[in-house]
Amino acid sequence: MSSHDASRSAAVTLADVTVAFRLADGGVFTAVENADLSVAPGEFVAIVGPTGCGKSTLLNVAAGLMTAAAGSVTIFGEPLGGINRRAGYLFQGDALFPWKTALENVAIGLEVEGVDPRDAQARAQEWLTSVGLGAFANRYPHMLSGGQRKRVGLAQVLIRDPRILLMDEPFGPLDAQTRQIMGNLLLDLWTAERKAVLFVTHDLEEAIALADRVVIMSAGPQSRIIGNWTVPLPRPRDIFEIRLEKTFHDLHREIWGVLKSEVMKGYQQSAGSMQGAAS
Amino acid sequence: MTRVRLLMWQVLVGVTLIGLWQLLTTVPIFGVTLLPPFFFSTPEKVIERIIKWFVEGTIWKHLAITLTEAILAFVIGSLGGALIGFWFARQQMVAAVFDPYVKMMNALPRVVLAPIFALWLGLGIWSKVALGITLVFFVVFFNVYQGVKETSSTLVDNARMLGMSERQLLRHVYWPSALSWMFSSLHTSVGFAVVGAVVGEYLGSAAGLGYLIQQAEGTFDVAGVFAGMTVLALFVIVIDLLVTKVERRLLVWRPNASAERI
Ligand SMILES: Nc1ncnc2c1ncn2[C@@H]1O[C@H](COP(=O)(O)OP(=O)(O)O)[C@@H](O)[C@H]1O
Ligand SMILES: [Mg+2]
Repeated sequence: MSSHDASRSAAVTLADVTVAFRLADGGVFTAVENADLSVAPGEFVAIVGPTGCGKSTLLNVAAGLMTAAAGSVTIFGEPLGGINRRAGYLFQGDALFPWKTALENVAIGLEVEGVDPRDAQARAQEWLTSVGLGAFANRYPHMLSGGQRKRVGLAQVLIRDPRILLMDEPFGPLDAQTRQIMGNLLLDLWTAERKAVLFVTHDLEEAIALADRVVIMSAGPQSRIIGNWTVPLPRPRDIFEIRLEKTFHDLHREIWGVLKSEVMKGYQQSAGSMQGAAS
Repeated sequence: MTRVRLLMWQVLVGVTLIGLWQLLTTVPIFGVTLLPPFFFSTPEKVIERIIKWFVEGTIWKHLAITLTEAILAFVIGSLGGALIGFWFARQQMVAAVFDPYVKMMNALPRVVLAPIFALWLGLGIWSKVALGITLVFFVVFFNVYQGVKETSSTLVDNARMLGMSERQLLRHVYWPSALSWMFSSLHTSVGFAVVGAVVGEYLGSAAGLGYLIQQAEGTFDVAGVFAGMTVLALFVIVIDLLVTKVERRLLVWRPNASAERI
């Protein structure tokens, strides 16, 4: 591969990655095909695509939770085998341990590394404070709001100081205001400690507002990466303000021109597959 | 409904039923006593009998024995059910091999085992404990098995990404998940432990609440039978209250168990 030199410096490199699922009826479903993607250290990349196109699948491959049928995954120049130890993963669904308090949930990542539990809890308390939940340390997840749970999740991942941050529609289920507040919180934390970020979202505005680069995936199956835009907006950014800028609007219009047809295709395909044998 | 009102209604229902019982057994209606006291006794006599048992202190020995048997059956049955359920859920091969046998054993009515246990273990407490275990074990086993198998895959993925080894995964994810399922079946399994003990005593023993009821039946002492059943019912309610208390403490992290809304 000619990308060998690039992959040496990149935090994450997916080269020609194809992911397939074996179906119950014996068939094979190719979710993602020939995907090329690379994230530099400290770079914030957003992936946008219609629902069901394989965004979570791609993240799972980068996390090492799923293996690619073809292609290679390289992490800081080394081929990935097994779980990606350099990455932290904020999942799409609820992933906090319901039987642990917020504090215990955050501390666990250090405790399993063998950090003394008292030190781990002290640092977990600091992290809870920095995501604005210092007073909620002893609450169980079900006693927290959706946004608060995501904050705990963020602290749980960041306390291990991963070099790579994988985020799967992390603010998806939250209301509009909370999403923006969370976006700003994320940018603050990221500015303080620059990690390579791979941020999946279905919200193009969110992608542009947060990322250095926006990557668009086509509708599945055999989804591909069909576009790649650099976001020329200056940092530090404020999510509330940035949406008012002309550059933001121009870029949004340009990307949406490509994304729109894929979103429509995505809907038609899922509608078509529901009609089953009709096609 | 507030707690006080609820309690008032509950008491009212109880008093009405007992009142009706007293009425129908003592006052003839159109010259016929609907519930002849010989077959149905009367509340008066039953209460008298219960008081006598407690005053003379004979009842304590029987209560203690039934309680001991139930506790032993519960502890051993739960422990066995949890461990084996956990093991089967993590080793699908083992589960597949044993599946038909587990189903067969569970389908077996436990009463038929009582004489065998009496033969093997004698008429002391252990044959009753064994009967209780066969009941408790399967409740806990199925719950834990299901609980571990249905542990959220996102939770497991998250644990892996947080750097947990297989052993840490067992300890921090699968085991708590299994325990929470075991606790959610606490009422059922405790109830079964008591049933096992009492049925075992009923079918052959020298002490316990089941024995008490069986003795009374043997001599057509209907008041004794009802008195025994009443004490048994109260016994079960007290245990159930304790279980609810324990459950509240163990499952504080559960959405409903700790929901002390104001
Ligand atoms: N275990 C699986 N077996 C078969 N197909 C799957 C499985 N998981 C996901 N898929 C399919 O792969 C495609 C991509 O899924 P996913 O990555 O979750 O999409 P996204 O996150 O972009 O919404 C979808 O069409 C989905 O139906
Ligand atoms: Mg997804």
